Amino acid sequence: MSIKLDVYIEAINGEILTENVDYKNIELDDGYCSDLLSDVMGNALDNQVWITIMRHLNVIAVASLTGVPAVVFTKNIKPDVAVIEKANNEEICLITCKLSSFEASGILYQLLKK
Amino acid sequence: MAEYWNFEPNYEQKAKRFFANIPKPEMILNYDIAVKDFVHSGNASAQIKLFLKRLGVDAKVLRRVAVTSYEAEINITAHSFGGTIVGNIFPEMIHIIFQDRGPGLKNIEEAMTPGFSTASDLVREMGFGAGLGLPNIKKNSDVMHIVSAENESTMLEILIYY
Repeated sequence: MSIKLDVYIEAINGEILTENVDYKNIELDDGYCSDLLSDVMGNALDNQVWITIMRHLNVIAVASLTGVPAVVFTKNIKPDVAVIEKANNEEICLITCKLSSFEASGILYQLLKK
Repeated sequence: MAEYWNFEPNYEQKAKRFFANIPKPEMILNYDIAVKDFVHSGNASAQIKLFLKRLGVDAKVLRRVAVTSYEAEINITAHSFGGTIVGNIFPEMIHIIFQDRGPGLKNIEEAMTPGFSTASDLVREMGFGAGLGLPNIKKNSDVMHIVSAENESTMLEILIYY
């Protein structure tokens, strides 16, 4: 089953950092949790939310190239303004939450009834 | 100079004919890659992907081109003294050549091993250096060719059929 991104954002009590993305229309079938960019590059898919603690500009490049529609930063991590701006340009939704990657992944797993 | 080839079996004959007599591409995309410029690294790959997307290339193929190109672009940025990317666009495939200015690979087979990495702490802190770059390129390309030696430049070229 799939869920809407806004349902997930609410479930993790997430804060949306980007502006111009219609997050209510983003469907998630799955998630990918990793902090190694090459691992994400080789495995993440365009129906997945990417859960990570990496906050560098290259995160946006990897999200854009793999087609991941949304990135969740855990442990209250917030990227720089330049990163958020690039995400706005690339129409990638950035979310931050206070949970750990383990918790954020677990909540998504439950919502998707995996 | 040491050399490495990988052919996906379905494309070996076709690719060998291509390399024996490389035709004139329909379009050539050129990019310069600066040393350790992690802010702009990835732009060339994004532009190549966008160009093929406008040509109507299938999304799965676009993804393979993006993964291959990005990994190779990051390799030039993270490990070399800078270099160039040339994307040669053909009607049925793309040929991308990644050429750096050294310092070259000590052992290509070793570099191809998943998990093997010579990345610096700076590179690792940014989420790279997992030793998956060249294996990802191999996995996502139809043909992969490396020519390199220690203290020489490295040339990586790939073919991906649409």
